[in-house]
Amino acid sequence: MINVSKLKKGIIIDHIEAGHGFEIYKELHLNDIDDVVVLLKNIPSKKMKKKDLIKIETDLQIDMKVLGLIDPNVTINFVKNGVMYKKIKLTLPKVVEGIMKCKNPRCITQYEDVKEIKFYLVNEEKKQYRCEYCDAYTTFMEKE
Amino acid sequence: MLKGRHLIEPGDFEIEEIESIMQLADNIIANPEGYSLVCKGKLLASLFYEPSTRTRFSFEAAMLRLGGEIIGFDDPNNSSVSKGESLGDTIRTIECYSDIAVIRHPREGTARLVSKFAKEMPIINAGDGGHEHPTQTLTDLLTIRKCKGGYDNHVVGVCGDLLFGRTIHSLVKTLNRYHGVKFVFISPKELKMPENILSLLEPHSFTETTNLDEVIGKLDILYMSRVQRERFVSEEEYLRLKDYYILDNKKLKKAKDDMIIMHPLPRVNEIAIEVDDDPRAVYFKQAKYGMYVRMALIAKLLGVGDDND
Repeated sequence: MINVSKLKKGIIIDHIEAGHGFEIYKELHLNDIDDVVVLLKNIPSKKMKKKDLIKIETDLQIDMKVLGLIDPNVTINFVKNGVMYKKIKLTLPKVVEGIMKCKNPRCITQYEDVKEIKFYLVNEEKKQYRCEYCDAYTTFMEKE
Repeated sequence: MLKGRHLIEPGDFEIEEIESIMQLADNIIANPEGYSLVCKGKLLASLFYEPSTRTRFSFEAAMLRLGGEIIGFDDPNNSSVSKGESLGDTIRTIECYSDIAVIRHPREGTARLVSKFAKEMPIINAGDGGHEHPTQTLTDLLTIRKCKGGYDNHVVGVCGDLLFGRTIHSLVKTLNRYHGVKFVFISPKELKMPENILSLLEPHSFTETTNLDEVIGKLDILYMSRVQRERFVSEEEYLRLKDYYILDNKKLKKAKDDMIIMHPLPRVNEIAIEVDDDPRAVYFKQAKYGMYVRMALIAKLLGVGDDND
């Protein structure tokens, strides 16, 4: 078992479904920050059997909205002076911009270079979002 | 205030704003000469990326009857699109020359996209694939207003291809904003009204059936639609469903005397020719109202013509 030292300050993203850790690492653009980041994969877990975990030693504010889309079951712990002072539960963002792509093959965004497409949450249970251009429903990370 | 606004889908305008367009259309119908020069010196860009006769002629006739002029294309191969120009660049260039633009495009969401590039030039969506066709909805509203006196408390039968019919989806969403409107959706099981439209309606405000004969006597308005060949993957499936509902004089015997029959046109065979002579058939009037309502819309978006009220 590899040991990683206890975090003094920053964010711990825990209970990530095994295999989703790298996806979250990419979507949070953790590659772009200079602080210490640790991504642990396939850690044994009683509840989940296997899980991923990310520790970020930083003072930066990181936009966690996208996490609700990738893995709504993760927990996020905020640490200061070696103590966890805040824990947040994720919900799906009402509006998502620049993360999703429309799945409608007839949507103009498939043909023109459209950046920062907005999607509006329409069904929380099904994780469905509506494209701002064609109104088609799309589910995040849907494999078609 | 509609001056400078875009019309991408009917929901872009409040009921009161739609009403102001209808009132202006009424005034234009009553006194067309009074509006024949209100767009003098104004230029409409007519950008048709796919074929259309009815809608394009209707817009162009509307602008010419307001005294304005037209530039544009009806074949994208004759424009810079064939050189690979982006829609954003096309619109920014067109805005240098034109006061207002009408766009039809086969891809869904195109009008919304181009409206983001237009700084001051109003954009009118003249159909974006199977998505929205808001000026057809305005046409339908004016027709109902003129032929039925208003929108409230009507029983509206919508018949045919309810799955793919964009004009039907827009109309149902819009009529649902008025008081006491009830819908009867008549279609084969394969072409039922999609769930995303039904979910917008109160459960008690609509019924669904496959049998036109059984419900025709209850209707104030019967909106017929064409089963569109281009929406089917299988030719066999299209041929099986296209003759499912044909409205003829025999079926009309059970209908109310003051029911009106509407159709966005073109029709194939879903309304028998014999029905054209029935006074309840208003689909050719509907085409004429389409021009008047587009005149009113253009004038409103350009902020001209209200002095003639």
